[in-house]
Amino acid sequence: MTLRKNVMSLLEVKDLKVRVEEREILHGLSLTVNPGEVHAIMGPNGSGKSTLSHVIAGKPGYEVTDGQILFRGEDLLEMEPNERAAKGVFLAFQYPVEIPGVTTWNFLHAALNAQRKARGEDEISSPAFLKKVREVARSLNIPQDMLKRGVNVGFSGGEKKRNEILQMALFEPAVCILDEMDSGLDIDALRIAADGVNALRSPERAMVVITHYQRLLNYIVPDFVHVMSKGRVVKSGGKELALELEESGYAQFEDAA
Amino acid sequence: MPAVQETVERVRRIDVDQYRYGFETLIESDKAPKGLSEDTVRFISAKKNEPAWMLEWRLEAFRRWLTMTEPTWARVNYPKIDYQDIYYYAAPKPKKTLSSIDEIDPEILKTYEKLGIPLREVAILEGVEPPPGGEPSANRKIAVDAVFDSVSVATTFQKELKKAGVIFMPISEAIREHPELVQKYLGSVVPTSDNYFATLNSAVFSDGSFVYVPPGVRCPMELSTYFRINERNTGQFERTLIIADKGSYVSYLEGCTAPQRDENQLHAAVVELVALDDAEIKYSTVQNWYPGNSEGKGGIYNFVTKRGDCRGKNSKISWTQVETGSAITWKYPSCILRGDNSSGEFYSIAISNGYQQVDSGTKMIHLGKNTSSRIISKGIAAGKSQNTYRGLVSAHRKATGARNYTACDSLLIGDKCGAHTVPYVEAKNSSATFEHEATTSKISEDVLFYCIQRGLSQEEAVGLVVNGFVKDVLQQLPMEFAVEAQKLISISLEGSVG
Ligand SMILES: Nc1ncnc2c1ncn2[C@@H]1O[C@H](COP(=O)(O)OP(=O)(O)O)[C@@H](O)[C@H]1O
Ligand SMILES: [Mg+2]
Repeated sequence: MTLRKNVMSLLEVKDLKVRVEEREILHGLSLTVNPGEVHAIMGPNGSGKSTLSHVIAGKPGYEVTDGQILFRGEDLLEMEPNERAAKGVFLAFQYPVEIPGVTTWNFLHAALNAQRKARGEDEISSPAFLKKVREVARSLNIPQDMLKRGVNVGFSGGEKKRNEILQMALFEPAVCILDEMDSGLDIDALRIAADGVNALRSPERAMVVITHYQRLLNYIVPDFVHVMSKGRVVKSGGKELALELEESGYAQFEDAA
Repeated sequence: MPAVQETVERVRRIDVDQYRYGFETLIESDKAPKGLSEDTVRFISAKKNEPAWMLEWRLEAFRRWLTMTEPTWARVNYPKIDYQDIYYYAAPKPKKTLSSIDEIDPEILKTYEKLGIPLREVAILEGVEPPPGGEPSANRKIAVDAVFDSVSVATTFQKELKKAGVIFMPISEAIREHPELVQKYLGSVVPTSDNYFATLNSAVFSDGSFVYVPPGVRCPMELSTYFRINERNTGQFERTLIIADKGSYVSYLEGCTAPQRDENQLHAAVVELVALDDAEIKYSTVQNWYPGNSEGKGGIYNFVTKRGDCRGKNSKISWTQVETGSAITWKYPSCILRGDNSSGEFYSIAISNGYQQVDSGTKMIHLGKNTSSRIISKGIAAGKSQNTYRGLVSAHRKATGARNYTACDSLLIGDKCGAHTVPYVEAKNSSATFEHEATTSKISEDVLFYCIQRGLSQEEAVGLVVNGFVKDVLQQLPMEFAVEAQKLISISLEGSVG
C-alpha cells in the first residue's frame, strides 16, 4: 500500500453541530472525503442524513452552532449556496421539485451558464449547449423528449432521479451527494440510475451516497461505509459493513448513539 | 435564520426605485392653461384644427362628466384627485412643420432611442434573441406611432401601409382626413357616457392612434403605438380606435413609460376595437408606467377603459397584457361578443411590487349565438402590493351555446402582499357552459433552493419560476415583445426577494 501524498481533502466535515428551530439535530459529526472515493452513509430514518446533505449544500433554515466544513481547504459555510454549486458541490435531492412552465433544457442551460459565469468562464451558446445536453442525455439513455418537458413536471419517480443524474453529468461537479437515490424506484429504475452514477465515477470526483437500504450499494459499490444514528457517525468501515448491517439491522447502533 | 423569515426580511427592505425609464426630456412645450372647463375643451379642439362636430361631441361629453362621480368600487386607495390642478394638453413646441423624421426635435428622437423604440424605418434585427429552438426573426417590420405627452410625433412606414390600404395615423389626423370613418365608429364601443374616466377622456383626449384595415386585408406588419408622458402635472388622455373590416386581420401593440416624479399623474385612456364579420384583432399591451418609489410616493394612476366589439359573425378579438407599472391600475379590457360564433380572449400578466395597487381583469359579454371566450390571468404580487383580478362573464338570454373558460392563478412573493380574485358570472340561459378555475400559491422555498443549488442566484431563481408561471400568457405576445416582456418581468421583481 502506497502512502497517500499529503494532499488536501476534497471535503472535510469537522465536528459539525447543527440546530433546526432550536433543536440540535447533528451533535458533532465528522467525515473526510478524498477525490475518487465513494462514501456511503447509512442510517435509520430521522438520523440526520438529509440534514447533513442540506447543510453541505447551504439550504437556509439550519443553524451551524459548532464545527467546520472545508471544501478543498476553503470554508464552505462562508459561501452562498450558488457559489458552492459553481465550485463543484452537487446535491441530488431525495425529492426533486417540479418547476411548471420552465423546460428542462432551458433550466439546465440557465444553471450551467450561471455556474460558468461564477467561475469566470464564457457562457455557452444555445446551439453548443443543445449539442452537449443531447450527448449527455444519450449516454445516460435519457429520452430527448424529457428535455422539452417542464422541469420534473409529470415525471415518474425514476425519471426524476434520472434527471438529477443528467444534471450531475452535465455540471461535472467535484463532490456529488446523492440523497436516497433509491427511494421510490423499482429494481429496473434503480439499476438504470446506478449505471448512470457509476459512469460518472472518476479519480477526480468523490461521491457521498446516502441510503437507508443496503440494496443500492450492490449497484454502487462504496469504498467506505459510515453508519449514522441520532445525529452522529457511530461506525465506519469498508463495504462489508453494509452487508453486516443488512443482517443485524440498525438496532445495535441505536444504543451506541 | 429560517428561509421564510429571511425572505420576509428582504421584502421589508424592498426597493422599487429601479425604474429604468424614469428620465425626463428637456424640451419646450406648449400647454393649455391648468384646469378643466369648457374653455379647456375648446382650446384642445382648436389646437387640433378639429371640425365643429368633433368639438360638439367633446362638449357634450364634458357636460355629462360634470354630472358624474368617480367610481369607488375597485379595491384601490388613493387621495382625492384635484381635476383643476392638472394640465390637459401639452405638446412639444414644433420648430416648424415636419415633413420627415429628420426634422423631429433631436431631444425627442433621443428619448425614443433611449427607450429602444425605433422611429426610423428599419427592420428590427438587434436585441432579439430567438426563444430556445426558435428561428431568429427574419427582417420583421413594425410600424410605430409615437405619442409624446398629448401629440403624436411620428408614425413610421406610412407609405408601405398605404399600399396595402391600411390606414395607420394619429387620431387627430384621422378626424380631419377620414371624418366619415371616425364619426361612424368613435364612441360606438365605449359611449361618451360609459364611465367617469371614459367620459373625461372623451372631453379632453388629445391624441392616440387610428387604424382601419379594409376588407380582406391582412395587415402586412405589426402596428405599434408608444406612449410617453413627459410633462409634469400633465394628464395623458389618449384615444385609440381600431377597425378591422370584414375578413381582415391586424396585430397591434402598445407600450408606455413615464419619467420618475414625486407627484402622481393621471392617465385615462380609451381604446375601442371593432371587428366586423370574419375579422380578427390582436391587441397587446406592455404597460410600464412609472410605479412610484419604495415608499409608494409618485407613480401613474392608470384608469383605462378598453373594450372590443366583435360586431360581425365569426369575428375574434384577443387582448394580451403585461402590466408591470403604474401606482394604481384600474383596467378591464373587455369583449362584447355580439356576432354569432365570435370569440374573445384575455391573457393577462399583472405584476405588482412595492406599494402598487392593481385592480384589473376583463368582461366577456356573450350576446350572439355560439360565442366563446377564454380568460387566462396570472397575477403576481410582491412587496406590499395588492393585486386583484376582477372579471365578469355574462351570457344574454339569446346567447345560446355560449362558452367560457376562465383560469386565474395568483402567485405571492413574501407575505406582506395580497392577491384577490373577484369573479362575477351571470348566465341568463341554460345552455351556457362557464368554467372557472382559480389558484393562489406562494413561491416555494424548496423550489428556490433547488434552483440555487444548481448555481442560479436567488434573483435568477425567482425570475425563472415567475417566467414559468406566466409562460402561457407570454406565448401569446409577438415574439419580439415576449422577449422584452420577459426582461421587464425580471426587472420589476428585482429586490422582491434575494
Ligand atoms: N425543517 C425541520 N424542522 C424541524 N425538524 C426537522 C427539520 N428537518 C429535519 N428535522 C428533524 O431532524 C431529524 C433528522 O432528519 P433528517 O435529516 O431528514 O433525517 P434522515 O434524512 O436521516 O431521515 C429528524 O428528527 C427530523 O424530524
Ligand atoms: Mg432523508
